Amino acid sequence: MATPTPAPGPMPPDRPGQAPDPIRARQIRNGWLLSAPALFILLIAASGPLAVMAVYSFLTPGDYGGVRWVFSTEGWFRVFFQRDIFDGTVSMADAHVTILWRSVRLSILTTAITFAVGFPTAWFIATRPPSRRAMWLFLITIPFWTNLLIRTFAINEVIRNEGILNSILIGIGLIERPIQILYTDTAVLIGMAYVYLPLMVLPLFAAIDRFDMRLLEAGYDLYADRWRVLRRVILPIVRPGIVAGSILVFVPSLGAYVTPRILGGGRNMMIGNFIELQFGQGRNWPLGAALSMMLLLIVLVALLFYVRAMNRAGGGSPHG
Amino acid sequence: MARPFSVTALPGFGLIAVAVFVALYAPIVTLVAYSFNAANSITVWGGFSFRWYLAAWENRAVQEATIRSLIIATSASAVATTLATMAALGTTRRGRFRGQTMIYVMINQPLMVPEIVTAVALLIVFAGVRVATGYTGLGYLILAHSAFCIPFAYLPIRARLEGMDNSLETAAADLYASPWRTFRRVTLPMMAPGIAAGAMLAFVISLDDVIITEFVKTAGQDTLPTYMLGQMRRAITPEVNAISTALLALTVLLLTAFFLLGRKRS
Repeated sequence: MATPTPAPGPMPPDRPGQAPDPIRARQIRNGWLLSAPALFILLIAASGPLAVMAVYSFLTPGDYGGVRWVFSTEGWFRVFFQRDIFDGTVSMADAHVTILWRSVRLSILTTAITFAVGFPTAWFIATRPPSRRAMWLFLITIPFWTNLLIRTFAINEVIRNEGILNSILIGIGLIERPIQILYTDTAVLIGMAYVYLPLMVLPLFAAIDRFDMRLLEAGYDLYADRWRVLRRVILPIVRPGIVAGSILVFVPSLGAYVTPRILGGGRNMMIGNFIELQFGQGRNWPLGAALSMMLLLIVLVALLFYVRAMNRAGGGSPHG
Repeated sequence: MARPFSVTALPGFGLIAVAVFVALYAPIVTLVAYSFNAANSITVWGGFSFRWYLAAWENRAVQEATIRSLIIATSASAVATTLATMAALGTTRRGRFRGQTMIYVMINQPLMVPEIVTAVALLIVFAGVRVATGYTGLGYLILAHSAFCIPFAYLPIRARLEGMDNSLETAAADLYASPWRTFRRVTLPMMAPGIAAGAMLAFVISLDDVIITEFVKTAGQDTLPTYMLGQMRRAITPEVNAISTALLALTVLLLTAFFLLGRKRS
């Protein structure tokens, strides 16, 4: 396995150049010893399997699923390209690129929608009187802890052809025939915005809660209108919350599996469903492994961006 | 007369917020309402009845899935909470040391990697282990759940430890308590709220898991969520609503208890 196990032995002292401190050395050794069991479980059931999967992405698919232990870059190649069966010409794998692009596009849209409605909601909660704030926050927390599957199922009942939404619209005579929302990209978008909204509201609330409301008075005293105060005072200061909420929504949206499977049907796959397909009917484990690694890479880039943005915000705010 | 100028008010924000709360709860309320439907349909109302709760209660598959879910969630949260408590003790209150960041990254890894990626990686590894050892029991699911529950148990326990005062333990040591006794009688009771919070989070996370379970389980190892996912592909009856409502009630109950406990303390 590629990931090295941390050796639970005595560690070198923190400050090189000074004499080793036996008490400090023991503290550090005990730190490792106490962490070791958790790290072991995570190694065999989280990090280790990822390393194995990285290896699998460079192997040859077996005939009935699984792999043959022959090195091949075909899995990675097939993520973006395809070879013509007859003349061997290479072209873009349109189907794969479409699915990747749909995943990225829907995730960005989900993030944008949840921010557009989540920011006013977080602001509303944070500006309630303190006695009632906890109650409003609790109302956001309940859906957050409710099973994702149940929430997806709930939204499914609302938007299906015989569902509540269409019944109401037909009832009031706005439309004659039900609008087909289920099994479209719109359905996946509505569903993801619905299930991931609390992930946007909670960090936004945390940021707005720390916001010093006296700054607003200062802004209005200096003849700023509401729009200017929002754009030039509030948004720059709560930026860490905006970045945190966006990452918390974007990352699970990109890897979404349950919501597109239930609301998108067979044709409107996202990358998560496409990965599953490779391990099921597709019987192309290396391609599935390569796609998973791709997804992981995109997520890591997003997380790095997040860490950098946070460091910048953390370094700048005490002076501002 | 014009309304007094409110500094914190922003135009339209209240309206959007109220609309968001309505949109958030309307689907859930509908789902709960139709679980009491007497008719076969999840969209046509046929009167009030507990019929589907009874159907779910007597359904063999649901019974088995429920028991399996509870076994996995109890075992996984027990393992995860124990290991997370040890790791939290190992990574707090002893100053920063080399490799600590690596421990943090490894512990929080399940929070960063998309679940589908972990699920597929586990599918690959466990498929190999199954062939090699011939073991096909619930162990794989318990192991996988324990791993991804560790960060959820770890974070509240660490937060509690970092906010704790060292002086009581120093006092105990001054009074000739052995390190073990100090830990048992002083440190552990003070950590207890953090451990309880961590265990509860781990339990709920394990109970709710769909994706990793769906990929790691073998035939006949459905948990309640994967059973429901399977049902949703077929013709849906209000039985699914009844199961959902029961799970929802459990979540709300645990959350309310947690909420009230937290309020009492502060």
